[in-house]
Amino acid sequence: MSDVSAMENRKLQELTDTLSKQPGHFNKTEIKCLIREFNELLGKMSILGRPSIQGFDRERFKRILCSNFGIKDSIMMDEVFRTFDKDNDDFVTVKEWIEGLSVFLRGTLDEKIKYCFHVYDMNSDNYISREEMLRMLKDGLPGLPTREEREEGIKELVEITLKRMDHDHDGRLSLEDFEKSVKEENLLLEAFGKCLPEYKTIEKFEQDVFQKQVEQ
Amino acid sequence: MGISLSRAAQWTTASSGTGKLEFTPMNESLLREILHFVEQFGSQHPLEAEHAFEEPLQWSTTLVASDFKTDYDISDSAVQSRETDSKGRPLLQLSPPTVSVSSFSQLSKLVHVADAKKLEEVRACLEENRDPVVKILGRSFADVLEREDAHTDVDKVEEGDPANDSEVKAKLCLLLQNLDKQILSNLQEEISQRVTLDPTAVKSEVELLKRLCSEGEKRVLKSLRYTSDFEFANGCRSPPWRQVHGEMCYLVIETCDTETLHVTCSTTGVFINGGVKQEGEEESYERTSDLYEDLVTLLKSRSPHFAENINKQIQHVESVDGEEQGQPQRSYEQQEKNVHEKARQQHALNKAGGKKKYEPCQRWKNLGLLSACGKAEKKHSKSSGEEKKQRAEAKSKMKAEFPVSSSPGRLSSHKIKTSAGAILSELYSESSSESEEEEEQLERRPESNMDLPTEYWQIQKLVKCLKGGNQSTTVLTLCIMMDFNLMQETCQLAIRDVGGLEVLINLLDTDEVECKIGALKILRNISHNVQIRRMIVDLGSLRSIVKILDSPIKDLKAIAAETIANVARFRRARRTIRQHGGIKKLVKLLDCVPNLANLTADQEKDVEVARCGALALWSCSKSTKNKEAIRKAGGIPLLGRLLKSPHENMLIPVVGTLQECASEESYRIAIQSEGMIKDLVTNLSSDNNELQMHCASAIFKCAKDKQTRDLVREYKGLQPLVSLLAKAGNKQVLAAATGAIWKCSISMQNVAIFQEHNALEMLVGLLTDQPEEVLVNVVGALGEFAQIPANKVTIRKCGGIKPLVKLLTGTNQALLVNVTRAVGACATDKDNMTIIDQLDGVRLVWSLLKNPSADVQSSAAWALCPCIENAKDAGEMVRSLVGGLELIINLLKSTNNEVLASICAAIAKIAKDKENLAVLTDHGVVPLLAKLTNTTDSKLRHHLAEAISHCCMWGSNRASFGDAEAVAPLVGYLNSSDTLVHQSTTMALYQLSKDPNNCITMQEKGAVKPLIHMMGSNVEVLQEAAAGAVRNIRLLALAKSESYCFH
Repeated sequence: MSDVSAMENRKLQELTDTLSKQPGHFNKTEIKCLIREFNELLGKMSILGRPSIQGFDRERFKRILCSNFGIKDSIMMDEVFRTFDKDNDDFVTVKEWIEGLSVFLRGTLDEKIKYCFHVYDMNSDNYISREEMLRMLKDGLPGLPTREEREEGIKELVEITLKRMDHDHDGRLSLEDFEKSVKEENLLLEAFGKCLPEYKTIEKFEQDVFQKQVEQ
Repeated sequence: MGISLSRAAQWTTASSGTGKLEFTPMNESLLREILHFVEQFGSQHPLEAEHAFEEPLQWSTTLVASDFKTDYDISDSAVQSRETDSKGRPLLQLSPPTVSVSSFSQLSKLVHVADAKKLEEVRACLEENRDPVVKILGRSFADVLEREDAHTDVDKVEEGDPANDSEVKAKLCLLLQNLDKQILSNLQEEISQRVTLDPTAVKSEVELLKRLCSEGEKRVLKSLRYTSDFEFANGCRSPPWRQVHGEMCYLVIETCDTETLHVTCSTTGVFINGGVKQEGEEESYERTSDLYEDLVTLLKSRSPHFAENINKQIQHVESVDGEEQGQPQRSYEQQEKNVHEKARQQHALNKAGGKKKYEPCQRWKNLGLLSACGKAEKKHSKSSGEEKKQRAEAKSKMKAEFPVSSSPGRLSSHKIKTSAGAILSELYSESSSESEEEEEQLERRPESNMDLPTEYWQIQKLVKCLKGGNQSTTVLTLCIMMDFNLMQETCQLAIRDVGGLEVLINLLDTDEVECKIGALKILRNISHNVQIRRMIVDLGSLRSIVKILDSPIKDLKAIAAETIANVARFRRARRTIRQHGGIKKLVKLLDCVPNLANLTADQEKDVEVARCGALALWSCSKSTKNKEAIRKAGGIPLLGRLLKSPHENMLIPVVGTLQECASEESYRIAIQSEGMIKDLVTNLSSDNNELQMHCASAIFKCAKDKQTRDLVREYKGLQPLVSLLAKAGNKQVLAAATGAIWKCSISMQNVAIFQEHNALEMLVGLLTDQPEEVLVNVVGALGEFAQIPANKVTIRKCGGIKPLVKLLTGTNQALLVNVTRAVGACATDKDNMTIIDQLDGVRLVWSLLKNPSADVQSSAAWALCPCIENAKDAGEMVRSLVGGLELIINLLKSTNNEVLASICAAIAKIAKDKENLAVLTDHGVVPLLAKLTNTTDSKLRHHLAEAISHCCMWGSNRASFGDAEAVAPLVGYLNSSDTLVHQSTTMALYQLSKDPNNCITMQEKGAVKPLIHMMGSNVEVLQEAAAGAVRNIRLLALAKSESYCFH
């Protein structure tokens, strides 16, 4: 047993070393903790479903987003998964996990702008189109009484938003458009859906994960 | 004159001819306007004034020949003017009792001659010349004047008029027309102040009746409509010249069983008119029926069908009992079910004692004129402020605003505001803030649906999205809303009117940070609007905002604090913040490291939070209790630390707060002891005017304390203060700087330094053309500067005496106190005194004794002392002031010790002149002074004793003082601890001791011992006086014993 754990420890150390060479907002200990958390979450998942070595598949990742980071909108979860999964292999590996969390938890405004833009750019064509906005916001007005009103409201919102943010007037949002608007008004960062965790959630997650280290 | 005379004036008989003008206030003011016009005419339009009238104005006058003077040929009782028209006829002819005048210049002369009777003359003239305009200008011009669009027509008539003076005529015509308009608008304003039945009430009744029209077979009426769709800002639809009569609108009502009714709604009631359709002929406005109290009563009496069916309808419409008319109690209960909270509260208010001027009858209220009725009553319940309000409404008619009852958002806002909320706000409103509340009442809007700006509809849509949106749409919507120009009133009010405020405030209680930030950003901007601020407080949102100050998210805290800074502009808001513990939390925000060279991003945010906190505290610190709360929360050291910040945007709110709080003693001490003076002085040299101003005004307030004055000097703050005087353009800076200089110059060392920088010359230069708040300080400073003899000369040489004396005629009491002080100080210089005397300054100072303020009285009396002392031939000067001595004597009855002391001092100076002393004695100065001797006030004792000693020099005054029992208390003064009192008392006793009876009293009261002690004084005069007094007492004692031996 001790052999296994020693083995694992060494492996963990190696992985930490390689990952900490990449740019990010975490120090070595924190990376170690995050890897451990990754493994733990993966382990928990594997008991529930079939074991997987590469990393989180879509369903698992979505479950983690929902329970650990408070992102509950189904469309957004898909898009966040797509953004985390940089190589498009349908798995979030430990490397992608650390990279993603770096922005997710501690990103600067610029990093977050890029991240959010990628999330909102559903078809990855480097533009957020009117249709994408409509899709993302389609359930945005649950409080209005009739379906027509809901649809009408969203359409209007999208039109006004597009007019406001589309600085180069090409009918869609480029990264530059988006960046400029968000710089002007930070609240527009998550304009089309919640794809970043709340301050409190971050605090709790970091505390939980990095606390474990101290305990061990 | 044309329109206003024929339409506005209230004649005793309606028909034209020789009617009399009724004695009504409206006619009175109309006459006065015309009189004023005539009086001014000669001087304002000399050319037109010479123009001879087409026909003379003739009337029977009360004037007689002897009233006329030069320029007139007077023979017996007849008078002719020497001025004649082109045909040689005199322009004025008087053959009693008839006078005929044919030019404006003669008219205005006549009015002048008539003097007190001028109003009667004008009245008579107008009564006997019902068409003055026709007579003045001839028929063709008068016709033009009667028409509305005269401006263009004048030219046409001119062409047709062969007379060569047509240009003058045209001008005259225009002048008269302007007068007409002016009179009409004045009258209209006046009338709108005393409305009894108001447009709102009429409107609500009309609205209701309209509803009854549309019910098919069961209908009560066929139709009902206004003759005019245009509604004036005051709610009336009738043309202005009819509004003058109190008429508000005209209705055309088709009933089911009578002919069409043309109805006039006026302030006095409703009646059938002669058939006003659009802008009808004059006759059609005439009343052809009785006056009814409201439309329903009128219709009931006119249309049996209406009377029969109306009750059924009422039951039908609202299923309310038909018989409630006499049972208000029950109907109120009934209403509780139907009427929403707000309206009910208004009823309660009304019941509680609001004076009702007019209400639609009980039945109509029950019918559910919900909002309209409630509103009308709201208005009435505040009847005290109503007149004022209506005038304000009339004035603000230009403001385009939104409807109240027609917008659903507004209604819902009332619904959301539960009775609990309303009670809360009522609890909070204190008497002192009532004036603020009134302000709130001022806004009332025309209820038309027109003219709504596009923003209104867009904002309405957005608010709908906010209400129904999930988190991301909410944030998105908030962002879009921020793009509107939220500083613009239309947007601010639109948000309120569509119920946006409630939604925004609800967002403050969610968990979503972005939503809170967005909502606060909007609230921060729209809270620049007074009405919105009040509503934010009324909706109880300050609790939520204050709670947010505890948030760990810095952006959120900062913006919450900024919102508070905007909202806390009125007392109730500030108190609410304190009650929710907001002050403590705001003070906590100040905790940061402001002056590190390299701040991390995080620390920078802390600084920003602290800045916003300071802004909020600045707003809050305008309430005294909040100042105390800031101090208790430990705010002073934190403010002191922030004061070292290098950033202006931080310094301004910090210094602003400090100078606001420096009105409190505790702060002044703290500012001094925490070493803030140094920083304040440093920032005086900032290049930001606002910052300089706050620093200077903080020093102004703190420099009452000597140590602070010394500190300002030590830190070299005096020179920058002087250089601020160069900013003559910025009055606020100037006021603060001069204030600081004034207070600092109380220390003579400071004055010396000020002189080095030529402050005095600059101050004298500021004596003219400055607002009072600057003048008070400048003159105050001059008063201090003039304590040094050299400066008195400088003031004179700079030409400062003249403007100073001129300021004596002002009315500002603070200014007068300072001016008299400065004049007094200057008067101690003989040359200055000569100038003051030349400028009649003594009389001016003297007349200030009549000022109701005790401060001014005493200050003036003090100033008189040196004036009398240094004036050449002072006795003659004093005598020349008629009633002056009486005035002084009367002030001895004052209850203010300072006034008494100053008056005593002045009496001592005046009494040096024997003649004046005689007058004083005649006015009974002795008993009055004797009465004052029981005082314990040292200053008063000093000057009183002085006055007594000088007043002894006349007639039997010494004995009179003895009889008035003034001696014994004076002896008591010798035991006082004040040497000044000793001195003057000794002198007084010496004088009194020349009367034997007084000596006996002195001896009995044990005056000898302290007097002997006084002989040891090192002041020669005093030694002499004490010795003299003792000698007199001794002599008497000797004489007494001798006479005893002799017998």
